[in-house]
Amino acid sequence: MANTSEKEPLFSKKNIGLVKDPLTDNNPVTVQVLGICSALAITAELNASVIMALSVIFVLGVGNVVISLMRNVIPSSIRIIAQLVVVAALVIIVDLTLKAYVPDLAKKLSVFVGLIITNCIIMGRFEAFALANTPWKSFLDGVGNATGYGLILVIVGFFRELLGSGKLFGIPVLGDPVEKTGLYAIGYENSGFMLLAPMALITLGLIIGFQRSRNKNLIETN
Amino acid sequence: MELLELFLKSIFIENMIFATFLGMCSYLAVSKKVSTAVGLGAAVIFVQVITVPLNYLLDKYLLRPGALTWLGEEYADYDLSFLTFILFIATVATMVQLVEMIVEKFAPALYNSLGIFLPLIAVNCAILGGSLFMQQKDFATITEATVYGLGSGIGWFLAIVAIGAIREKIRYSNVPPAFRGLGMTFILTGLMAIGFMSFGGMLTGGDEPAPKKDVVENVVPSEEISNSLEIIDSAATVNDSLTNNIQE
Repeated sequence: MANTSEKEPLFSKKNIGLVKDPLTDNNPVTVQVLGICSALAITAELNASVIMALSVIFVLGVGNVVISLMRNVIPSSIRIIAQLVVVAALVIIVDLTLKAYVPDLAKKLSVFVGLIITNCIIMGRFEAFALANTPWKSFLDGVGNATGYGLILVIVGFFRELLGSGKLFGIPVLGDPVEKTGLYAIGYENSGFMLLAPMALITLGLIIGFQRSRNKNLIETN
Repeated sequence: MELLELFLKSIFIENMIFATFLGMCSYLAVSKKVSTAVGLGAAVIFVQVITVPLNYLLDKYLLRPGALTWLGEEYADYDLSFLTFILFIATVATMVQLVEMIVEKFAPALYNSLGIFLPLIAVNCAILGGSLFMQQKDFATITEATVYGLGSGIGWFLAIVAIGAIREKIRYSNVPPAFRGLGMTFILTGLMAIGFMSFGGMLTGGDEPAPKKDVVENVVPSEEISNSLEIIDSAATVNDSLTNNIQE
């Protein structure tokens, strides 16, 4: 996180809290239950997770600033459409950039880049924060929340790629399954099941359970 | 028959929730009770059936590379596909607003039961996702697109009603405290998704592309054949007359 101390007024304790809180105790995915829609399907590989996280950080950071700048101009009756247009424009930028520089990954992410538009984190932060706060604070809030979201994506992606195909970022780390080197020499097998859709849900469920067993305040009374 | 296949496939095999995770936010937020789950599910089917064909028309006559040809030959090179997201989401948002007004005016009873859920749908990933998948699948006719919209809506409906019922029951069981609520819901959804994967074998053979008929291109059309036969005939007669002349 940007934590330079010489610009005190910009990074007061409260402002740093805006970035830090969403990373752990107020994580948008595991605590606020936002933004799961477009996230889980692309976490089978760490590469895709990281790209997706970066895209959302960009869209939410910039989008929050734009909405915050326009917050006194947008009539509340059409604010949803106004917000959607801002997000859609940003997502088009991301989509074209991805297609230009990482065409293979862009193909793998397919419709899920477009689905950033309806990612509930983005609409949620616009509604809850950017419409009522100054641009700088909104920017921090946007980056913080998107990073919290990205963190979960990367954790899920890490486990799914490691256990599912024995690789990280596409590089084999557990040895060669065909040559039987490394861990495979003692009879370890990849679990292809980790790459399928259901395991993304179950992995995320386990992460949520783990976080809540650490922090009792988060436990739901059900 | 193909339509039926597409319909069943979009409900069970490519289920929005279990295969592509679309619409998870509202799926998790509104599934605490079966009655509200039914309301939201019905609203999703409703909006899906309207927006998917509409976006299909937009895609076919506006967005695709070369889609503007109906305006005139000079527009044939235009490619507006980068506008897809903004147009699709605008269609979804306005259609939701319109549907809300129409339902409020003509079917107040339905409006009261769907009321709160309709505006929520504008940002439901399942709706936009349905349209984007429709574009990716490249359907040939608007009927196929409509059937796909209906099927994916029904699949979403089934999923949310099922998880609603399970969550109502699971309140009586002793779940470890850390997993209560969200954690358990995720794991349950994962298990249901494993169950739904077994539908994958239900329809086989639908996926393979039809065998291509590439023989035709190499065969010369019969008209040309008869023409060339005539030419050969005439050449032969000329040849004959020439040889006759020489002999004389």
